[in-house]
Amino acid sequence: MSDVITIAVSKGRIFKETMPLLSTLGIRPVDDPETSRKLVLQTNHANIRIIIIRATDVPTYVEYGAADMGIAGKDVLMEYAGDSLYEPLDLGIAKCKMVLAGPVDSIIREGRPRVATKYVNTTRNYFADQGRQVELIKLYGSMELAPLLGLADWIVDLVDTGNTLKANGLEPLETIMDISSRLIVNKAAMKMKHGLLKPVIEQLAEAVTKQCR
Amino acid sequence: MDMTDHQHWLLPEGIEEILPPRAARLEQLCRELIDLYTSWGYELVIPPLIEYLETLLTGTGEDLDLQVFKLTDQLSGRLMGIRADTTPQVARIDAHILKRNVPTRLCYLGSVLHTRPDGTGGSRSPLQVGAELYGHTGVASDAEVLSLMLETLKVSGIEKAHIDMGHVGIYRALMHSSGLDTDRESRVFDILQRKAVSELKQMFSKWDVPAGICRLFADIMDLNGDIAVLSEARQRLKNTGPEVMNCLDELERIADAVSKQTSGTALHFDLAELRGYHYHTGVIFTAFVPGRGQGIAYGGRYDDIGKSFGRARPATGFSTDIKCLLAHQTDTASLPMGIFAPCSGDPGLLKCIKELRQNGEIVICELPGQTGGPAEMNCDRKLMLQDGNWKMVKV
Repeated sequence: MSDVITIAVSKGRIFKETMPLLSTLGIRPVDDPETSRKLVLQTNHANIRIIIIRATDVPTYVEYGAADMGIAGKDVLMEYAGDSLYEPLDLGIAKCKMVLAGPVDSIIREGRPRVATKYVNTTRNYFADQGRQVELIKLYGSMELAPLLGLADWIVDLVDTGNTLKANGLEPLETIMDISSRLIVNKAAMKMKHGLLKPVIEQLAEAVTKQCR
Repeated sequence: MDMTDHQHWLLPEGIEEILPPRAARLEQLCRELIDLYTSWGYELVIPPLIEYLETLLTGTGEDLDLQVFKLTDQLSGRLMGIRADTTPQVARIDAHILKRNVPTRLCYLGSVLHTRPDGTGGSRSPLQVGAELYGHTGVASDAEVLSLMLETLKVSGIEKAHIDMGHVGIYRALMHSSGLDTDRESRVFDILQRKAVSELKQMFSKWDVPAGICRLFADIMDLNGDIAVLSEARQRLKNTGPEVMNCLDELERIADAVSKQTSGTALHFDLAELRGYHYHTGVIFTAFVPGRGQGIAYGGRYDDIGKSFGRARPATGFSTDIKCLLAHQTDTASLPMGIFAPCSGDPGLLKCIKELRQNGEIVICELPGQTGGPAEMNCDRKLMLQDGNWKMVKV
């Protein structure tokens, strides 16, 4: 497999916004993941394949070297515990914000505030950096519900338009960070498949610069 | 803790046992490696498994502290640690105990324990083997240990290793001239390890760092690839002063010496590689093999550690985990089969068995009433009495 490039991408928004970038490099998948049930997509290049996995699994596949490169949101990378990945490129796609949000005009009760989030590591670090003690509650979805039912005082979640927050009587309190998708590369692959990977990274960088203009 | 019966025999996470026939292969490899190091003049040392914590951690970084299992000595009340890396122990032996004035070559082999599984390998109990060369500054000793690391991989049956080389002096010099404070330095360090160029640019513009400095750090992240990278680096980093140029010279001379000794090894350079930065002082190198998402053997120069033990000694060396080497062997030769001997007190038979064993054969004596014959006992031959003499026949 030393001359094959495997790229891990998650379904949905990241996939949709990645494909135009890849097509400027002349890389196009043969199947459409929205209609095909295949998890390994062949492309018009015999030695490049795209695997479709869950967003949170992308760093794992790349760190273990099962995929050479991947495209993952900064939110997923911040949350991922491993540290042996290269992140050479901010692709500037799938942009949103990670925010701390709470009920409009809420009164914070005494003691430790409770924060519900999917991003426990990132949230823990965010509050620890400011020396604030909070109690974390790990949730897997529908974060907005937690403050409404008194499960938590605040939530930490990704916000795009902010409409879901508003519809549930919440408002953003603090912006934790701007999120966009990054190109990640396995460290060993970067060394051993350098001749194959570097041109792809350079061309992607060019494509990103062009798109930003 | 509530455990069902079959859970009683589970081993802790990251702790493993090695069974036949793998254990025999591993032992064979251990011998071959120690023989190899001996033939290069590296003397075996056997440092203790456990030591006082402060001795164990002297001269090493915070990273190692987290990896060390700690317990209290019931005799002295002091904290002891189980070694997580043998290298600092060997450096202590060289600087503090042997105290030789000539170059000293030492090797070691033994288990180390880690509190947390390493990277993606998952093991907490590597069988560490390595070689260290003390008392010489210069590319000749770096090239020697790198060549010996390559030879180690070859003896272990690992072909097609890729070597990645870097030099911590380059980053150190750039950082020194950048004037960044320690807090910002650690942020830049983190970014460099991830080669996150876009993040670096954002961060530096937020900090109002001059564009020239930003470009240098972006350059070293981009400077990776084959030997051509070194000449490109000379161009791009030409205004950074003699320190960086010296580092590039060292890399080039080591690469040259190593390719003369071992042909066909893919050498790769990465000027932003900073593995073990707080410990290393010069060239660093890592071996990669196909099918493994991380390095398999690591080495480099670490001149400062001896100072902590009271005697500054230049030092360079490498280490690896024999269990990993074994897992990546490309050719696994089959193990020798034994000779089955009948259950008998006949003096002729006993003499025959003794001779065979002296000649390196495996002879397994049948036990009275046992189940299983030669094949079940891993034997491909057996001893039989023919015309009054004990003869070996194939089964």
